Amino acid sequence: MIIAEQISKVFNDIKAVDNISFTVKEGETMVLLGTSGCGKTTTLKMLNRLIEASSGSISIDGKNIFDQKPEVLRRTIGYVSQNNGLFPHYTVEENVAVVPRLLGWDKARTRKRAQELLDQLKLPLSAFGHKYPDELSGGQQQRVTIARALISDPPVLLMDEPFGALDPITRAGVRKEFLELPELKSKTIVLVTHDVQEAFELGDHICLMDKGKIVQAGTAKDLVLRPANDFTKTFFDNQRFFLEMSALTFSDIWETLETNDNWEAEDTINSALIIKSNITLWDGMQLLSAAKNDALLIHDKDLNERKVFTMTAIQDGYKTIKERI
Amino acid sequence: MEEQQSLWAFMAQQSDKLLSQTLAHIGLTCISLLAAVLVGLPLGIWIAQRKKAAWFVLGIAGILQTIPSIALLGFMIPLLGIGALPAITALFLYALLPIIRNTYTGIRGVNAAVTESARGMGMSPWQVLFNVELPLAMPVILAGIRTATVINVGVATLAAYIAAGGLGEFIFGGIALNNANMILAGAIPAALLAIILDFLLSLVQNANVRKMRKVTVLLPGLLLLCSSFYVFPYAGAKMLGGFTPEFMGREDGYLGLKSKYKLNMPTVVISDAVMYKAAFEKKIDVISGYSTDGRLKAYDLVTLEDDKQIFPPYYASPLVRKDVLAKYPELEQALNLLAGKINDSIMTELNYRVDYLKQVPEKVAYDFVKTQNLYKKPRNGNKGTIRLGSKIFAEQYILINIYKALIEGNTDLKVDTKTGLGGTKICFDALTNNEIDMYPEYTGTGLLVILKPSRNELIKLAGSREKVFQFVKNGFAKQYDLEWLKPIGFNNAYALMMRKEQAQSLNIRSITDLKDYVSTDNHHP
Repeated sequence: MIIAEQISKVFNDIKAVDNISFTVKEGETMVLLGTSGCGKTTTLKMLNRLIEASSGSISIDGKNIFDQKPEVLRRTIGYVSQNNGLFPHYTVEENVAVVPRLLGWDKARTRKRAQELLDQLKLPLSAFGHKYPDELSGGQQQRVTIARALISDPPVLLMDEPFGALDPITRAGVRKEFLELPELKSKTIVLVTHDVQEAFELGDHICLMDKGKIVQAGTAKDLVLRPANDFTKTFFDNQRFFLEMSALTFSDIWETLETNDNWEAEDTINSALIIKSNITLWDGMQLLSAAKNDALLIHDKDLNERKVFTMTAIQDGYKTIKERI
Repeated sequence: MEEQQSLWAFMAQQSDKLLSQTLAHIGLTCISLLAAVLVGLPLGIWIAQRKKAAWFVLGIAGILQTIPSIALLGFMIPLLGIGALPAITALFLYALLPIIRNTYTGIRGVNAAVTESARGMGMSPWQVLFNVELPLAMPVILAGIRTATVINVGVATLAAYIAAGGLGEFIFGGIALNNANMILAGAIPAALLAIILDFLLSLVQNANVRKMRKVTVLLPGLLLLCSSFYVFPYAGAKMLGGFTPEFMGREDGYLGLKSKYKLNMPTVVISDAVMYKAAFEKKIDVISGYSTDGRLKAYDLVTLEDDKQIFPPYYASPLVRKDVLAKYPELEQALNLLAGKINDSIMTELNYRVDYLKQVPEKVAYDFVKTQNLYKKPRNGNKGTIRLGSKIFAEQYILINIYKALIEGNTDLKVDTKTGLGGTKICFDALTNNEIDMYPEYTGTGLLVILKPSRNELIKLAGSREKVFQFVKNGFAKQYDLEWLKPIGFNNAYALMMRKEQAQSLNIRSITDLKDYVSTDNHHP
């Protein structure tokens, strides 16, 4: 758990970060979202003291970060920098072993852990361990960077535009793997991005920043459907429909549709494909357009109900919800 | 082919000297390089984080680099004397800029994302420096060291001017003696040395970025090893000779001292420019000076009597192209106005005023012409231009300024002076290649450096002023179409010199006395 209270950073009389506070709960992913120069990266780097805060207090898991030597603090926090930052003169294995070496692990332990982690990331140590970063693709490099940050199993992970250097297709792929990585399920993560889609996909909680301040904090749904001010509203405008559909799940529109237990159209519904209600409307629509089906069978676990959604039903549900706000 | 063979023969014959000079050269280069790395690398690292300091440090190092090497050596002498210390210091200063600048550039060039992630993972500043920044900057740093190495191999030849040894001894000796083989015997190894060292460092530099960690350890070790090649040339000697490169190679110089006097003393090679002062400061004890040199007076030195007469007479005369004399007959008359006008003591006095009182040669020449009632207002004629050359020392500057005044006052000719043409070879080549029309030359030099007569002919001349002059006059007229005009009067011959008080206290008056003293002294150093 990270608690930041009233932190500021002043560079030459310019307030890069202006008196902001936030809390990241354990196991939660918080995204700092904003345009270039909004102070999001500065905020992130203050958490592991790569940049020293000018004022304010920060604690991680109850410990004041200013009580520790910066190097020692950083060894307990996973860090993924912009543009991967792998050491070009180190092999994959040596790169991954940097933090264990700093922590004084023995070789066998380091190797075992590296093996385990790189296997999860589909870069088996035997095949990739002695390669150098420039022999890997961009996506592979990024996965090594993630492995390097995770190797000592730090409870907190800081990521600065972790997928920024990748092309859109590779980025989507690496992001998907990242979401599915079991290692990450329990981590407290702070991630910086300017990519709204990435923020929506990865963030449990998003802080939208501008000019050193948090303009609005909340879930993706809050931000896109209940903007607190004009900045938030216009920030999402050029992808609004897509973002709204990505922010809403079938649970959100569940009660806009009457229970329709008619299984008559069985030939049009692939009953083997029962979809959970926590997927987004956007994903649902993509499934519909990809398959030859006219409707999706959605299951809500909490209510233990099943409903059949057609494209029209989804659209109606979306409209109803929008009107309510 | 013959030229090549005789070069090999020369190198084979001088192989001992060649080896010791080469080793000294490598040693000088490597010691100074090592010192420059030890200072430049940390300095480069330090300024990489500090913009203002970087501007300042790089500025200073850049200024040092622009000082001509000879001048830098000159500055060193009052501070550090002669020998290895000033030479190494000068080389060190030259090597500094490329090393500091490349270290600075190399470290600044390391990808910021890499160093940031290193810090982000918890490396301390020192760990970032040694594990990340230095290895990644190493190819650029090595490029700087390569540049510095090549510069130092070149500049180290000048160390011979201040008694620090190295291949410059052959090069400058060869230039002074008009001996192409000797020049090549110094220049070829020096060039090879530069190429080989550069090549070796290029191998290291192009070694994979990944092997840079090994390089960081290996290179200083290697430099240290090479540095040990340099053996201080005259450790522990009680009576030390300091002779010019020219004197070292001449029959009427060091070779004659060895063969005729059996004088065997430790010697260093040193430039004429610093020799007298070095003797005065007791850095060396015996020097090979010129008998009319003003510094003889200034530094309280005495000449030793040449009791076996190995130094031939060196009467100065204008050496002129015959075609120029034919074209402008009035020139000879003007030049001959000075004939017989300057004896040894006058010349020493004139030299003293320039060398020691630091008066400009133009003024000294003007005063002399005035007092001799030879002065006439320049006619500012434009009948033609006479190009006067001079070797690179005060006496020649004074003489050509006197000649300038005489020519301009007594003829309608204009004068263009080309001063500082180095040694005999450069002046003589300039004259025969029609780049200058005349320069003052000495009969002894003309005899031994240019004409190089056989041993028998030399014995016949027997050091006689008149015979030598006639021999040289005839020889030059026949072989080179050059004319020796009437001698000016003084005899600027070689002479061995010592500090007056030392010579008196040891009761040394002649070279034979010196030889006797040295040969007994050698037994208990």
